[in-house]
Amino acid sequence: MSEVLLDVSDLRVGFDVYGGTLKVLNGLNFYLEEGEKVGLVGETGCGKTTTAKTILRILPQPPARIAGGTILFQNKNILGMNSREIRAVHAHGISMIFQDPTASLNPVFTIGDQLMAAIKYSSLEDGLSRREIRGRALQSLRDVALPDPERILNNYPIQLSGGMRQRICIAMALATNSQLMIADEPTTSLDVTIQDQVLRLLGRLVLEKDTSTILITHSLGIVREWTQRVYVMYAGNMMETAPTEVLFRKPLHPYTQGLMKAVPKLTGEGIAKGIGGRIPNYLDPPPGCRFHPRCAHRMPICSQQRPPYFEAGQMHQVACFLYKEHS
Amino acid sequence: MGIAGNRAVLFDKIKRAWYKFSKNPLSIVGGAIVFVVVFLAVFAPFVAPYPQHAGSFVNFSEASQPPSLRYLCGTDAFGRDILSRIFFGFRLSLIMGVVVISLTAPAGVTLGLVAGYMKGSWVETIIMRITDIFVAVPPLVLALAVCSILQPNIFNAMMAVSLMWWPWYCRMVFGIASSIRNEFYVQAAEITGAGKMHIIFKEMLPNCFGPIFTKVSLDMGWVILIGSALSFVGLGAQPPTPDLGTMVADGGKYMPDQWWIAVFPAFAIMLVVFGFNILGDGIRDMLEVEDV
Amino acid sequence: MMRFLKFIVKRFLHSILVLFGLSILIFVIARVIPGDPARMALGPRAPESVVQKFREDLHLDKPLYAQYYYWLAGALRGDLGMSLFTKRQVADDVKEFFPATFELMLFTGLVMSVFGILLGIVSARHSNRWPDNTVRVFSYLGVCTPAFVFAILFLLLFGYVFQILPTIGRISPAITRPPTRTGLMTLDSLLAGNLAAFWDAIKHLVMPGVALALGPMAQEARITRSSMTDNLQRDFIALERSQAIPERRIMSKYLLRISVIPTVSVLGLDFASQLGWAFLVELIFNWPGISRYGINVMLHKDLNAIVAVIMIIGLMFMVVNIVVDLIVSWLDPRIRLGAERGE
Repeated sequence: MSEVLLDVSDLRVGFDVYGGTLKVLNGLNFYLEEGEKVGLVGETGCGKTTTAKTILRILPQPPARIAGGTILFQNKNILGMNSREIRAVHAHGISMIFQDPTASLNPVFTIGDQLMAAIKYSSLEDGLSRREIRGRALQSLRDVALPDPERILNNYPIQLSGGMRQRICIAMALATNSQLMIADEPTTSLDVTIQDQVLRLLGRLVLEKDTSTILITHSLGIVREWTQRVYVMYAGNMMETAPTEVLFRKPLHPYTQGLMKAVPKLTGEGIAKGIGGRIPNYLDPPPGCRFHPRCAHRMPICSQQRPPYFEAGQMHQVACFLYKEHS
Repeated sequence: MGIAGNRAVLFDKIKRAWYKFSKNPLSIVGGAIVFVVVFLAVFAPFVAPYPQHAGSFVNFSEASQPPSLRYLCGTDAFGRDILSRIFFGFRLSLIMGVVVISLTAPAGVTLGLVAGYMKGSWVETIIMRITDIFVAVPPLVLALAVCSILQPNIFNAMMAVSLMWWPWYCRMVFGIASSIRNEFYVQAAEITGAGKMHIIFKEMLPNCFGPIFTKVSLDMGWVILIGSALSFVGLGAQPPTPDLGTMVADGGKYMPDQWWIAVFPAFAIMLVVFGFNILGDGIRDMLEVEDV
Repeated sequence: MMRFLKFIVKRFLHSILVLFGLSILIFVIARVIPGDPARMALGPRAPESVVQKFREDLHLDKPLYAQYYYWLAGALRGDLGMSLFTKRQVADDVKEFFPATFELMLFTGLVMSVFGILLGIVSARHSNRWPDNTVRVFSYLGVCTPAFVFAILFLLLFGYVFQILPTIGRISPAITRPPTRTGLMTLDSLLAGNLAAFWDAIKHLVMPGVALALGPMAQEARITRSSMTDNLQRDFIALERSQAIPERRIMSKYLLRISVIPTVSVLGLDFASQLGWAFLVELIFNWPGISRYGINVMLHKDLNAIVAVIMIIGLMFMVVNIVVDLIVSWLDPRIRLGAERGE
């Protein structure tokens, strides 16, 4: 049994907008052990990126507001840290890969400038010489299979393709040797033809460095191939969590089942069916279980109380009143 | 949908437009200022306390009086009430704004549309090169130069300003027109044999309405400003016409002791420009979001 | 790189062509006015013989294109004709008056860009708190108030009421003028080691310069502020924070450079509009520059001088535009490299 590296409990985050507050994260609970590769699956708008940015405390507040909860990283609450401790977390603790590599890189500075800055300020040793930093930068570029790293250091983001830019972001995230990496939809913005390539690279590197990873995605296929355990997220809450194979074999939560059915099968059996309805209005979210308006199995209690995790097997938990008797 | 339905849709549009416009309270302030100024200008003969002071009136016994209850902005060296003259000054300013924009906007917009539609042809080149020449110097400078050649009076000033104002409309519309020129609906119209006039005015023009309207609102302020600047220098309206710019220039002679002679007209100019600017901003807010 | 150089050369040539066009335009306007320019310039009382000689001297009796040719040939030689107003060579007038305007516009340009950007930064840092709100109110007023209104207010307040700043000219009559080397009173004073003259020259520059700079300064502050607050929400800033880069470095280096690009882009146009207002401001402060000279010759219908002044203003505008374009290209690699990549 490994150490728990990250433990998020009852995280509540909202955004102040003109008409009120968008209550996005509604008491989020999940954890990650050292060495684990955990997937976080959910549709667009369910709060995945907000979660990632909150963990790293890079969410601009305002307009965001952290209303409550704890995020324990190596048993220390990130939400209570002062700026020095946060810096330490940023430097060696957690790193992140954003969804859009074009937006992640500052367009008016060279790759070298940005990569070397990341290495310089994340390093454990003080006073690395410029040559050493440059050396590490070049090595990290080679690690992500980028040709001609010398030239790339002098290039600006606009001179590179999307795939190259994302590799550079991966290089930046890994060059800091952090213990936890959060990859937020790392291949969604890329050309379909290179998505697989980049994922493969990421998977290999993460394995090599034994970095604990949270892979955020809306693609079930990616989750199935690259993660050991999965969380299914909807409208700011975790609906279900299980080891990957278990989840795919036996999805229990109505939402998870709907997701599985929505993916067309190559074998051609049946027609893919979407889930009726839309994600809730965060200004005035549904009471109780946030999925209940779209759920075919809803019961009266679903609109009154928010369902807690119920045990449904080895490391398999479902936040649904349907499974209340099981636990 | 029927007539009743159409009216309902229109009401809804107006309500939404008003909501966007009024989101920024300053827009309302701008609208109020403009309304007041227009009102004062139109009804000046009735609203001004001393309407007869607007022309060549002389009363040396009351000359150079500081602001008081009788003369809210004081009197000038000829004994004329400055407040009344400011009201009449608004008249001149607004007339200039309306005249200049009525002349330049249609001309500039048409030329811009034609140039945008015929992008790549010699027609476009000629139109845009000529525009380039006109915008190579600051607008005020060109207006000054043209005015200086002509007899100084308000009519010539309006002509001069019009002459160097149209290129800015042309440029703006050219930018929009040339980018939508290759949009699908334009090409579709061409293929179905629509005449050039129809395409330009029925297909392309409506897309420019928003920016044009915004520019017109903002321009009112700027044209009035340039007009005042010309009069200030002596190349526009001549005394005793109560033009705001002339009044400021006149008042300069009596600075600093009789400061009110120059300062109040100056503030009046500022107020008008401010009002139109804020109003223009509000209109831009209102129209921009609607476009989306 | 080659592409970039080609771009600059193209711009330069285009500007030269435009200036030619401008000269033709002004020339045509100046010559094709209703009425008799010679008579108008000399007044109704001048004897006909004098007017006739005047016409011949200025080639007014020749066809238009011939007149333009004479002017152009002269201009390229440096001979801009005679000024009726000053009774001297226009070229000499220009040499005397241009430096004053150049110095004033330089001062104005510096003040408006430096303080505009600074105010924008302050505004963005303290978003929605009192420094920001103050700057925003100031911005609204500044953008809408013409420079000459500021000039009059300053004159009144600082010149007469508080009497802390001089109201006329470039330098006080009591101070010994430094020898003219650059034409810039401030620089010349420093070069001559004359600090008293330097300070005096600065004091004279303050009111007209700030009056001209306030409007664009407000505009620049607004743009910088919105640019910074926009960029603060961007992913690359968030990423830099997550990489433990110190906040101060992010603000002063990574955020700043990308945020000032829209501001600098607008500088050229703003500066241009102030070139226009300089005419009035120089008049108000009796600043011995080319703009005040311009007003005088315009009031006296001095054709040669008018043409020369317009051309000079046009030239200044062209140079400023090219400089601004160069700076923006240097700041923003997307502009100079975008074309190469073809993205």
